[in-house]
Amino acid sequence: MQTTQYEEINDILAKNQHYKEGFHTQTLVETFAKGLNEDVVKAISAKKNEPQWMLDFRLKAFRHWQTMPEPHWAKAEYEPIDYQDYSYYSAPECGSCATDGQAESGSAVDPEVAKAFAALGVPIDDSDANIAVDAIFDSVSVSTTKRDQLEKLGIIFCSFSEAVQDHPELVQRYLGSVVPYHDNFFAALNSAVASDGTFVFIPEGVRCPIDLSTYFRINEAKTGQFERTILIAEKGSYISYIEGCSAPIRDTYQLHAAVVEVIVHEDAEVKYSTVQNWYPGDEDCQGGILNFVTKRGVCEGRNAKLSWTQAETGSAITWKYPSCILKGDNSIGEFYSVALTNRRQQADTGTKMIHIGKNTRSTIISKGLSAGKSDNTYRGLVKILPGAEGARNFTQCDSMLIGNQCGAHTFPYIEVQNPTAQVEHEATTSRIGEDQLFYCQQRGISEQDAISMIVNGFCKEVFKELPLEFAQEAEELLAISLEGSVG
Amino acid sequence: MFLNIENLHAQVEDKTILKGINLRVNPGEVHAIMGPNGSGKSTLSSVLAGREDYEVNAGEIRFLDHDLLEMDADERAQQGVFLAFQYPVEIPGVSNKLFMHTALNAKRAAEGLPALDMFDFEQLALEKMKRLEMSPIMLERSVNVGFSGGEKKRNDIFQMAMLEPKLCIMDETDSGLDIDALRIVANGVNALRSNERSFIVVTHYQRLLDHIKPDFVHVLYDGKIIKSGGFELAQELEERGYDHLIQAYEKV
Repeated sequence: MQTTQYEEINDILAKNQHYKEGFHTQTLVETFAKGLNEDVVKAISAKKNEPQWMLDFRLKAFRHWQTMPEPHWAKAEYEPIDYQDYSYYSAPECGSCATDGQAESGSAVDPEVAKAFAALGVPIDDSDANIAVDAIFDSVSVSTTKRDQLEKLGIIFCSFSEAVQDHPELVQRYLGSVVPYHDNFFAALNSAVASDGTFVFIPEGVRCPIDLSTYFRINEAKTGQFERTILIAEKGSYISYIEGCSAPIRDTYQLHAAVVEVIVHEDAEVKYSTVQNWYPGDEDCQGGILNFVTKRGVCEGRNAKLSWTQAETGSAITWKYPSCILKGDNSIGEFYSVALTNRRQQADTGTKMIHIGKNTRSTIISKGLSAGKSDNTYRGLVKILPGAEGARNFTQCDSMLIGNQCGAHTFPYIEVQNPTAQVEHEATTSRIGEDQLFYCQQRGISEQDAISMIVNGFCKEVFKELPLEFAQEAEELLAISLEGSVG
Repeated sequence: MFLNIENLHAQVEDKTILKGINLRVNPGEVHAIMGPNGSGKSTLSSVLAGREDYEVNAGEIRFLDHDLLEMDADERAQQGVFLAFQYPVEIPGVSNKLFMHTALNAKRAAEGLPALDMFDFEQLALEKMKRLEMSPIMLERSVNVGFSGGEKKRNDIFQMAMLEPKLCIMDETDSGLDIDALRIVANGVNALRSNERSFIVVTHYQRLLDHIKPDFVHVLYDGKIIKSGGFELAQELEERGYDHLIQAYEKV
């Protein structure tokens, strides 16, 4: 009975093959041969014409990485990765010249690459779009828009590689300050072979008037993308930063191991939003992206605020815990997450809120949706240190099961070392069943609209935290990921 | 022809439950279906509404100009078939407002009417709720979540009032209702009665029928209608039970 009852839901979900970002761009590229050793690390650094200190950072990380075991504690099963079977650098030939600073933004973008971003709806041509974009194609940034306008406000918005060249003092000060090279296996790997990423610096008292964004595109087969993003908000500043990502349909796993470091100073606020739509792989999630990401921010000063919002719908495996270190008194950390898994996707995601300062507050709202034969795990840590007088946390973890062959898991860790702290945790699990769908249909609502309505109702609390267009995109992504026919 | 059920056979998994139902309903008529537990009353409601767990292996159902069995549940609803549930379903996170707005506009789209915007919808909804003595807060609450048994049934009647169906099937709507809720539900139904709208009221008890006064009463037993009559049949059943009918039927 159980199996027949859900057959139909499973059928609907199985139709989900509409990954419209799955096209592949053909252009002249320079791709390193597969394999990873010190020479490769040196070659990446040389390719980017990096100063000695950056190469030293990479080599130190690489040597440490070699001593570390690959972590398998997450609730996601994967074969040990053969790191020698990936290429660690790939760039469109024309795109790489842009990063050498020889060309102004936009003008030197490979036309095929430009076409790809246009097809993805990413405005890389400095249009009148009310958003600034850093577009990253495999290992390099190919275009960063609106830089001149932002420069007038003292805002630095450039690729990580450019920041190494143009703002070495800032990069040296902050690189590895929140996520040290030895933090974990994938952070160490990233530190060694970091490809490109985005660098953002908002000066004191500046409210960035537009959203800044980065769009990551992995194109080459068997290539890893290891972006490094650093975002610094000086005293009293504000920034809303958005990232999106996608990859072509491939039949072998692609590796993505990013590190993001966010530094929020006194009275500053950072809103960091992600819509993650990496290719999840085929019916069995073969060939999808392995997404191993370390994202962490520190609220350095008093009243600093860092907000992570994520809509995770893609990747074969997601391993990601955007975290807040609440150092400054009265600082605030927030984590809003929707993670959807379908087919055989596996997501192990959550956050860490480390309360150090007095009266620090954190909010965690996590919505996990599991469909198909997928597994969806929330893993979170709320840690109140002895000095965090009056700290407060509120956590709400809701899981929704769609069909009867998927799993939802919650691992909330709470460590409280200060008796004045208040920590609240709420959790629910529900299931979309045939009964609910029949009820909706009996009122004239089609099955697909019913699923979409129920799922979006469930995610509403998180979507309202996303910037408007992104909330729309996230809703649509959910619909596509679940139904297939909507796209 | 409004509704014509002919020789309907249906089964769930391997068990045959309906064994040849014949029923003809004209516009404006109210038919009550009564019968002991396990006689197939709820199965009949579910088959009419298009629930897929049931397999129809013989017979046909004509509704207006449609072959009802060829239509999906949502199409049937859009064409005016409404089922008030024995156990209305909870949908967490989806407000009654969003739910009804979506349902109403799906039906309007099927009829070629423009969608109602939120303002017009809300005005209409509040009007209907008032008549059912429902608090406007119910519109904001998740569909049936945390509703009492009576509130859920009333919510179903509210949906019926909003969708203005042609054929209303009420599947033991009276079970679990106290006397006041029963009166409100019955008043709601009576308010919806018209020359164009027909009802099939499935029930165990006479008490709902006292309020609704059906034109016809049918006794369902072992997947067949074994006796049909007027309202007086329901009164007779209340006094004498089903046994004498069943015995008479089994002798034949």
